[in-house]
Amino acid sequence: MREPLISVRDLQVHFHTHAGVVHALNGVSFDLYPGEILGLVGETGCGKSVTGLALLGLIPPPGQVVGGEIRYRGQNILTLPPAQMRALRGGKIAMIFQDPAAALNPVFTVGEQIELVTRRHRRMGREAARRQAAEVLRSVGMPEPERILDTYPHELSGGMQQRVMIAMALSCGAEVLVADEPTTALDVTIQAQILDLLVDLKRTRGLSILLITHNLGVVAETCDRVAVLYAGFIVETGPTGAIFQSMKHPYTQGLLAAIPHPSSRGRPLQAVPGTVPDGLQLPPGCLFHPRCPFAWDRCRQERPVLREVADGHQVACHLYAGEAER
Amino acid sequence: MTEPLVQARQLTKHYVLRGGLFSRRQVVRALHWVDLTVYPGETFGVVGESGCGKTTLGRCLLRLVEPTFGEVLFRGENLLQLDRETLRQRRRYFQMLFQNPYLSLDPRMNVLNLVGEPLVTHTDLRGRALAERVAALLERVGLSADHLYRYPHEFSGGQLQRIAIARALALNPLFVVLDEPTSALDVSVQAQILNLLKDLQAELGLTYLFISHDLSVVQHVSDRIAVMYLGRVVEVGTTEGIFYDARHPYTQALISSTPIPDPQARRSRVILQGSVPSPLNPPPGCSFHPRCAQALPLCATEEPRLVDVGDGHLVACHRAG
Repeated sequence: MREPLISVRDLQVHFHTHAGVVHALNGVSFDLYPGEILGLVGETGCGKSVTGLALLGLIPPPGQVVGGEIRYRGQNILTLPPAQMRALRGGKIAMIFQDPAAALNPVFTVGEQIELVTRRHRRMGREAARRQAAEVLRSVGMPEPERILDTYPHELSGGMQQRVMIAMALSCGAEVLVADEPTTALDVTIQAQILDLLVDLKRTRGLSILLITHNLGVVAETCDRVAVLYAGFIVETGPTGAIFQSMKHPYTQGLLAAIPHPSSRGRPLQAVPGTVPDGLQLPPGCLFHPRCPFAWDRCRQERPVLREVADGHQVACHLYAGEAER
Repeated sequence: MTEPLVQARQLTKHYVLRGGLFSRRQVVRALHWVDLTVYPGETFGVVGESGCGKTTLGRCLLRLVEPTFGEVLFRGENLLQLDRETLRQRRRYFQMLFQNPYLSLDPRMNVLNLVGEPLVTHTDLRGRALAERVAALLERVGLSADHLYRYPHEFSGGQLQRIAIARALALNPLFVVLDEPTSALDVSVQAQILNLLKDLQAELGLTYLFISHDLSVVQHVSDRIAVMYLGRVVEVGTTEGIFYDARHPYTQALISSTPIPDPQARRSRVILQGSVPSPLNPPPGCSFHPRCAQALPLCATEEPRLVDVGDGHLVACHRAG
């Protein structure tokens, strides 16, 4: 069995606000293996981004990790001293964001920003850092990397800016890339270019990518495995093929059925009734039960745990509990 | 043949950028020479990437922005020649629904005032009669009279979009421009809103211009579709014609780069190189030619016109037809 590169267990994050405690993550567990793309899917407010930020130790206050662990190569990074966490962040674990224009500093050139990362992490000289920056830009498919080094972010298109972000993330030899909705702000033709690049980096560099997205189409076309997040809890996870072939959790099924598809033309879409629960007042039992067409008494009282229903395919739903218990 | 409800002829919107003292005057061609016809009762989809002019098109059709050139015929009457008072009276027949209800609804107005505002402007309804009419509208969009005195911040995005729909429909319009009505919403809520819009269309006989960058949504709702690129319409056809028999290389690339939620559906993807050029300096000839894999020498010099390639399927490409 392969060893996971990142292993998250029962991660719990709370935000202490004036209105009360917001339960953002309620026991998130997953593994990220070397050289794979794991899709983390869910709707607004399900805790996708918080999960990503937690991997880099970047949960913003008033957020707090209140339980669980995140292991990188076996070591719990939640207990690392700040200096070691800083070395890891941007070094072995890097992150890119939805809006590259907001993530890049508008007053420094692309070159200065990439060089800053390598000089800080690798203690490189100015000359070497510049050569390295040009090299890494070339590796993410930038034409004329030497010229791009001297441009400012606003001179580049959104797709190019995202390539710069990826280059910066890879400039110190990252093993894990957390990509938080990296193509959501981009047009579809540009999205296709960036997704292609991510798949290519996985193949050629063996990069492990946690791809955070709300788009099941993006998952189907790029991810090896999927984890579906609902109200800060993973409700279903497994290989992409298996998940799309036989979705088990009513929420996952509802999510896919809600997407317009050529075969749904002229018919009403199957909407998931209701809305995502408020993190301030989570429902008891299964977090999805108020919206679930199959909910019964047990769902209202007891929170289901992830159980294996097929090879590597796990579901947290009482509907499938019988199979495992019997 | 039914009479068209809305027709655009050579509709053009240029924005002039006045730079500083020493910079040259520049022109952004947001919308260039657009012809299209929308028939009563249909949903006419408009797709394209950011900056292609689809929102400008929607706004010019309703004269929310003043076109630079061209004509907009609404039931045969040129909207661009109407005086202010006549235009104001006509406005009750065409409405717009915007992408982001958090921005389109005034946070300081309650639901009664938000939905009632168009009724106060155009009708004599006041007081209890007004509240009753608003309550009926709210029920029609899946809300209730309990919501009358609440404010926008008390609602979710999906509920706000329902309020915006009630507001748009308050005056029984004939034509509604839906500008990315579900782009700010999650898919499960998007499905609820799309279903509601379809139901309302059937019930009230509405005609929609549905603007979106999401091809699967446009495919789901539209009867006919126009594909736009850099301020121009490059292809118009029935939904089947566009999705199963796309003639323009840009339409083909757009369809093939849209991710499909089915891992079995591995397709040969056409990945376009580069990105959309600036509308400040659109390329000469066909504006798509620098990214087009099938470009001919002619494409760099001469602009293709929309031509009918059969059954009303229009394509602006030198290769087609």
